[in-house]
Amino acid sequence: MKRLLAGALLASLAAAVPAAAQDARLEAARKEGKVVWYTSLALSTAEKVAKLFEAKFAGVKVEVQRTGSQRILQRVMQELGANIKNVDVIHTSDAGHYVLLKDKKLLMAYTPAGAERFPPGFKDRDGFHYGLRATVNVIAYNTKAVSASDAPKTWKDLLAPRWKGKLVTAHPGYSGVIATHVLALSHLLGWDFFKALGQQSVMIVQSAVDPAGVVASGERPVAVDGGDYTFYQSKKAGNPVEVVYPKEGVPLVVSPTAIAAFAPHPNAAKLFTDFTFSREVQQVLADTEGLYTGHPDVTYPSDKPKLSELKLLTVDPAELEKRGEEIKRRFVEFFGA
Amino acid sequence: MRGLDLSLPVWALATLLLLALIGLPIGWLVALSVTGEHGLTLAHYVDAFRSVALRRALWNTVVMAFWVGVLSVAIGAPLAWLTARTDLPGRRLLRALVMASFVTPPFLGAVAWVMLAGPNAGVLNKLWRSLTGREAALLDIFTMPGLIFVVAIYTFPYVYVMIGNTLELVASDLEEAAAVLGAGRLTTARTITLPLVAPAIVSGFIVSVLQALALFGSPAILALPAGFHTLTTQVWGMFQYPPRIETAAAVSLPLLVATALLLMLQRRLLGRRGYAVVGGKGGTRRRLALRAWRYPALLGCFVVMACAVLLPYGVLARTAFSRAWAQPLTWDNLTLRNWTFTFFEYSATRSAIVNTLELGLLTASVGAGLAALLAYVARRRTIVGHQLVGFVALAPIAIPGVVLAVALFIAYTRPPLILYGTLWILFVAYVTKEMPVGYAQCDATFRTIPAELEEAGRILGARPLRVLGEITAPLARSGIIAAWCFIFIGVIRELSASIILFTASTKVMSVVIFDLKEEGQFGAIAVLGLFMIVMTFGVVLLMERVLGRDFLGVRE
Repeated sequence: MKRLLAGALLASLAAAVPAAAQDARLEAARKEGKVVWYTSLALSTAEKVAKLFEAKFAGVKVEVQRTGSQRILQRVMQELGANIKNVDVIHTSDAGHYVLLKDKKLLMAYTPAGAERFPPGFKDRDGFHYGLRATVNVIAYNTKAVSASDAPKTWKDLLAPRWKGKLVTAHPGYSGVIATHVLALSHLLGWDFFKALGQQSVMIVQSAVDPAGVVASGERPVAVDGGDYTFYQSKKAGNPVEVVYPKEGVPLVVSPTAIAAFAPHPNAAKLFTDFTFSREVQQVLADTEGLYTGHPDVTYPSDKPKLSELKLLTVDPAELEKRGEEIKRRFVEFFGA
Repeated sequence: MRGLDLSLPVWALATLLLLALIGLPIGWLVALSVTGEHGLTLAHYVDAFRSVALRRALWNTVVMAFWVGVLSVAIGAPLAWLTARTDLPGRRLLRALVMASFVTPPFLGAVAWVMLAGPNAGVLNKLWRSLTGREAALLDIFTMPGLIFVVAIYTFPYVYVMIGNTLELVASDLEEAAAVLGAGRLTTARTITLPLVAPAIVSGFIVSVLQALALFGSPAILALPAGFHTLTTQVWGMFQYPPRIETAAAVSLPLLVATALLLMLQRRLLGRRGYAVVGGKGGTRRRLALRAWRYPALLGCFVVMACAVLLPYGVLARTAFSRAWAQPLTWDNLTLRNWTFTFFEYSATRSAIVNTLELGLLTASVGAGLAALLAYVARRRTIVGHQLVGFVALAPIAIPGVVLAVALFIAYTRPPLILYGTLWILFVAYVTKEMPVGYAQCDATFRTIPAELEEAGRILGARPLRVLGEITAPLARSGIIAAWCFIFIGVIRELSASIILFTASTKVMSVVIFDLKEEGQFGAIAVLGLFMIVMTFGVVLLMERVLGRDFLGVRE
């Protein structure tokens, strides 16, 4: 079985990388022994991808360091400040990070096999980083506590007095998904929207994954943000959760990945990055995790809207980088923490 | 010279320690806080304290710490009196439960209380609603009172131990004399017992306040969701990219000064009162019959321990085996998934357990050894300037964990010694943080070993080393092992310094649990938390086997 899988993988990669080069890389990766992956992908998803990789490439381990996007940037920069070179592959949901990291020459130019076929929004034109996955921010509610007709339909519905004390938000100081979301909605609705939302006694959690858990538990019946895939997974697991895609538009978050210029395990990093962009893994992300991807051949579950059916709100990574501080400052000002 | 001449090596060691553990880090802290781009500046202080958010956090910290102190005394003092001085049934069990509360990391308790008393999904609130049919929540843990409560139920053991130890030493003669002279029970308590334990109460209050000031995990878990900060969460936030280390240093220093002032206050309060009656072990201690109050008192104790230990562990155990913690525990909801995920899929688990155990064992062994050595030379006055040794060993008590971490981070991310990124920086932080506890324990131990025994040995012709090995060591053994246990427990439950000093490859269990909390992974937290407690208890019980008594120091 393992040999069969490996064979299939080699075949799929044959188009992009000559087989001999691929063998040499695997050999070199085995010598390195592991790849260190700082990732903001939800913990269970990240571990799943890691296990798939380890099953395919015996002898190369994946060390998953999962935390929020902003914590990842903090880790990378703090460790570099002390001259510690630990990370190989950096994956966050804050596209602004890659503007900064590229600017500081901390990224290696590397195009994962097959990524050249991805749509423009998933590619850096200089080939330093590529979008591994995408999600959109949505509203979600607990169906036991809120009926479908009562549920908020638009972002502005969240400002109604009856939702006071019933909302939960994740934090842009932790999550790249949320930092992107806040910037996108500030363009659409202005900062006044967040100022008013801050008056609603909103419960504040950190990760964009957590609102799904809070809504599922019933601690707060409505989430004002969070990646739609987390609610999708929660619903699939049998929780009373329903997703609302507001008609005004949903902020699209494309989460890039890149190899560190100083990666201590460069061959394993390349092998792993190629693997995560393979049709096989991208399909897993779409099927079981409910994520969107840039891979042109991936199919999506029928119980989720297609990206093309949604009105997408996009942000400019350069603006996200430049205004990252301001976004966090304003959020703290409006919400208290 | 009567004994071993340890002056030179001990002084070299103490000086080195002082420099590495405190001097260098605090030096850097001060230096960085007043250094700007163009030389000396107070700009960082102005920046820090001009911020409304920081002033608010400061006020929140003061309010929280004060009420934690009050509540800890209100819980710890009666409990200590009941177990030490009355015929309350189940005293042994009660002591075991207090110990369990002491061993519980405050952040784990905070996570458990999120599940117990979250206003909507909290188990207790659901129970309340189904019993009363009311809409409103009974408890909301995401509030200042909620935070104070959760911090206090894991801080009161400090008060309990301090007052318990004092009561153990106060003979009942005075109380009996008062009774003979016709004083009622209340009058006796007010005029005799209370003044005798007053210093211990004040000490307990101050220690609790200090603990609360320095705490990071509980405010991060309970205050941030409600939209308020404390100083520790603010300082931690300053490490986000782009970091504001200088501002963190500027905030840390006043915290350090405040702590030092509180400790000086404590010394003054205690220094003025030396009670011969609290000195000796002589005299009898009679237990007061509670009579009709027996069961109400027992009920009170039970409520406290249910809040601190039984309910939190109950909900953690339930969560560890549930698919969804907030759903009823039906067959459908039962699962081993959290366990298999935590131990076989979550790759951070194994290295965190190994790191934690390594650090725990190493810090406890080195810390207890050092503490014993320093306490011995200070108590036996074998070296020149022995008074200073005690000061050096106790000084770190004035440094809150977060402040220590900021200082160590600054000092050891640059030459000559780059420790950041290794377990050694955590080791340094833990040894520093735990040294006062270990020292106090060892000092108390050597105090009870009369020097006459050692002198007798010498008179009979034994060499100093033999005296140390055959007389002092066996007598001090149980005390030093107790110090070892205290340090070990302290290391396992440490979060506020670790959260700033860890790197990806040096995560400890507390940091992993905090990581999981930020993603809302209650199932894995429950599993890791329970494992952590079992591990701690396993080690402590093993040590107790060797010791033959419970390590809170109360003999049956």
